[in-house]
Amino acid sequence: MNPLLLWFHKLGSPPYFYRLAGRFLPWLYAIALITGAIGLYGGLVVAPADYQQHDSFRIIYVHVPCAWMSLFVYAFMAANGFVALVWRIKLSEVLAMASAPIGAAFTFITLVTGSVWGKPTWGTWWTWDARLTSELVLLFLYFGVIGLYSAIEDTRQAARAAAFLALVGVVNLPIVHYSVNWWNTLHQAQTVSLMGQSKMDASMLWPLLTLAFATHVYFFASLLTRSRVALLGLESGKEWVRALVNARTGGRQ
Amino acid sequence: MKPGTTRAACVALLRRDLTLIWRRRGDALNPLLFSIIVVALFPFALGPEQATLARIAAGTIFVALLLASLLSLDMLFRSDLEDGSLEQLVLSPHPLSLLLACKIAIHWLTTTLPLIVIAPLLAQMLYLPDTVLPVLLIALALATPLLSLIGSVCVALTVGMRRSGMLLTLLVLPLIVPALIFGAGACNAAQAGLPFTAPLLWLGAWLVLALVLAPLAAAAALKISLT
Repeated sequence: MNPLLLWFHKLGSPPYFYRLAGRFLPWLYAIALITGAIGLYGGLVVAPADYQQHDSFRIIYVHVPCAWMSLFVYAFMAANGFVALVWRIKLSEVLAMASAPIGAAFTFITLVTGSVWGKPTWGTWWTWDARLTSELVLLFLYFGVIGLYSAIEDTRQAARAAAFLALVGVVNLPIVHYSVNWWNTLHQAQTVSLMGQSKMDASMLWPLLTLAFATHVYFFASLLTRSRVALLGLESGKEWVRALVNARTGGRQ
Repeated sequence: MKPGTTRAACVALLRRDLTLIWRRRGDALNPLLFSIIVVALFPFALGPEQATLARIAAGTIFVALLLASLLSLDMLFRSDLEDGSLEQLVLSPHPLSLLLACKIAIHWLTTTLPLIVIAPLLAQMLYLPDTVLPVLLIALALATPLLSLIGSVCVALTVGMRRSGMLLTLLVLPLIVPALIFGAGACNAAQAGLPFTAPLLWLGAWLVLALVLAPLAAAAALKISLT
């Protein structure tokens, strides 16, 4: 068998994944912490104040990375849900369900920081603008997935049902992403773009990109922690979990 | 018609569902009474000024009818699950999505269509201008099947649950928000004398898309929750 394919098959096995994730975790947390600190220092201290919004623009360094993550995590969850439904891979179910609360948290932070930012610049905490509304709907979609998952008793069936719901909700992603371009309401249009020139000065841009990287790494660290715990619960009757517990407690029951 | 064909199965299902609903025809009144009472609450809460009520009329009627049909969605598979015929539908050799499409159609015809029929009465209660009424009816005719179709997927996901009402609301409403925005938006545009065709066309496009995809999705969801 192709070594890459073999590795992929091995990755789907819970004990192998558990060990591998445990080895990666400290590194991921360290990288997230260091790049996050660098990005925050760059954004809050080094970057110059905005000519119009002065220092209040600095909340962008929390708001925008979290907003990107809210979409990225949903896409990640839906992709894993798709894999779980089509190929019945247990690990994908666990990953999809572990990412839902993290994504909901990122969405919530996006909404809160956005409203804190909106007060000094727009003069209002909340407005029924297209992007704000679609982000709120995204939060409700996350809540729906989490609610459905916790409402069904059988964990694996719950994961499949919730993964299916996540897939149905994917229609909202392009609406959130393009809402500022489709409806020209209060929220500003896209300033930072991966392809082509960003409409932001380099001195302000680099901390933003650093923080975006840090939040991605943090997401994966948090995801691996959550899915390791979920795997232990799901596989609690299996031999490898028993061996793990015995090694930890020295065989005492 | 040859027995055993897919068409015969669909006709038999339609006839069975209609008979069952006819035997309990009193139940069909509940969504109507619900929406009338909900609409009647607004003059109590906001005061009887004609101008205020006329401004919120279209949106209020939209929300009241969406909630009424949402609450009745819960019954889509309930009795079939209890008497075991839902499993028979899943096990049958005919395409499940087609059978579910028949069930959804019957459900829409028997619970939501009467709601649209009484919409002119609700419009009168809230002093909706007569020129807006046709737009409201068209928007409702496009948006409520959309709700039934999208809702059927969520009902299929929650089918085995004991108290699924609240959860169902949490699942369906975020997905139906665009239909509400465009449907009520068309009415508000018509009321303000602005062009209203674009949102109606959007609703129509979504309805066509949902007509094709939702029964397939509902069949997949039902198979997940019945395993």
